[in-house]
Amino acid sequence: MALRRILCNSKILTSANFNCGNSRSVQTLSLPDLPYDYGALEPAISGEIMRLHHQKHHQAYVTNYNKALEQLDSAISKADASAVVKLQSTIKFNGGGHINHSIFWKNLAPVNEGGGDPPKGSLSNAIEKQFGSLEVLVQKINSEGAALQGSGWVWLALDKEFKRLLVETTANQDPIVTKGSALLPLLGVDVWEHAYYLQYKNVKPDYLKNIWKVMNWNYATQVYEKECI
Amino acid sequence: MASTQGFSLSALSSNENVAVKIELKPPPYPLDALEPHMSRKTLEFHWGKHHRSYVDNLNKQIVGTELHGKTLEAIIVDTYNKGDLHPSFNNAAQVWNHDFFWESMKPGGGGVPNGELLELIKRDFGSFEEFEKEFKTAAATQFGSGWAWLVYKAQDNKLLVIKTPNAVNPLVLDYYPLLTVDVWEHAYYLDFQNRRPDYLSVFMENLVSWEAVSSRLQLAKKAQAAQN
Repeated sequence: MALRRILCNSKILTSANFNCGNSRSVQTLSLPDLPYDYGALEPAISGEIMRLHHQKHHQAYVTNYNKALEQLDSAISKADASAVVKLQSTIKFNGGGHINHSIFWKNLAPVNEGGGDPPKGSLSNAIEKQFGSLEVLVQKINSEGAALQGSGWVWLALDKEFKRLLVETTANQDPIVTKGSALLPLLGVDVWEHAYYLQYKNVKPDYLKNIWKVMNWNYATQVYEKECI
Repeated sequence: MASTQGFSLSALSSNENVAVKIELKPPPYPLDALEPHMSRKTLEFHWGKHHRSYVDNLNKQIVGTELHGKTLEAIIVDTYNKGDLHPSFNNAAQVWNHDFFWESMKPGGGGVPNGELLELIKRDFGSFEEFEKEFKTAAATQFGSGWAWLVYKAQDNKLLVIKTPNAVNPLVLDYYPLLTVDVWEHAYYLDFQNRRPDYLSVFMENLVSWEAVSSRLQLAKKAQAAQN
């Protein structure tokens, strides 16, 4: 930053090469594309839900996160610690929303692209060893999801330190690392009402039963094997 | 043959397993009365399924425990447990919150209050418009599930807007609740999908029962005076 300031002040380089405005440029995020069509997960999750969930909810997290980052940048340059601290909750909420949903879209796949196929290989072995069977793991995730009060997520996570799998919930848009810095998310189930309401209404257990038909265990396996081989 | 009628009745009255149940109260209007601002379909699910589940699940949780037979308000305060929530808190508080929510609305509601309530709103918020802005902002910025409230803080003799997460309500925070809006997604998703701000505008313009809010304020002031 100091070098940029020297170069800008001496006008050696045009502002096209460096951001010579009053603020440094903030690296903002954009909404990732869905790896499949909105209707591709039907009948497990409706196209209407997928479209709203991606274009409205996830987009709002991205937009509001970017807005908060600009405000944070401004607060930092003014050395306004109070403003910086005040922005933490909106950054956690919207940043977390972006992180969580980016994982979620990869956790799902159409049936003809492996959605619903059970895990194989080392992840499958780890599941059997630590939970007994895939069915027991799914049961555990679903009962935690059903019992979650309010909004949040249920995760299958890997503790990178102990190389152990665990099921954990987070509230609102808290990412899994808020439950442990060594935790890596393999698979997340969004249990916010917006994830299922238009299709399943109040019957959350039916959503939890059906989402496994489009679960992309390939992604979870890739993440696991990268860490555990 | 001895009459069994009297025996079974007295046995019934001394049977401590007779349920003193929390009841599901219907809203004070038919389920379609808030159309087109809040659909009948929403009321059918929100009252008929969600609110009903909170009641049924609460009753299952409290039967045979020391909470059985207490008033709903007492159960709420007990299970809030100063923030270290007992498992029944969510159901108990949500039963109460939804009763309070239905009664906060009426067909042909909305607009502006009058009388003492309007004066106090102007005194404590500057104007009705500023109150409305603060209330809608609180409701829009409650991350995740929760509620926004207009409350009366007796210690300061002041009206305040607060927001609470999930099932938390002003009873456990020592305020008198006057008005609420439910911002759990199930409250507005069928009618407004992700558009919570639109839901809040419709609520303020068309649904708020200012009569209910005024009478709650009167009750709160009476209760406070009785304590002093």
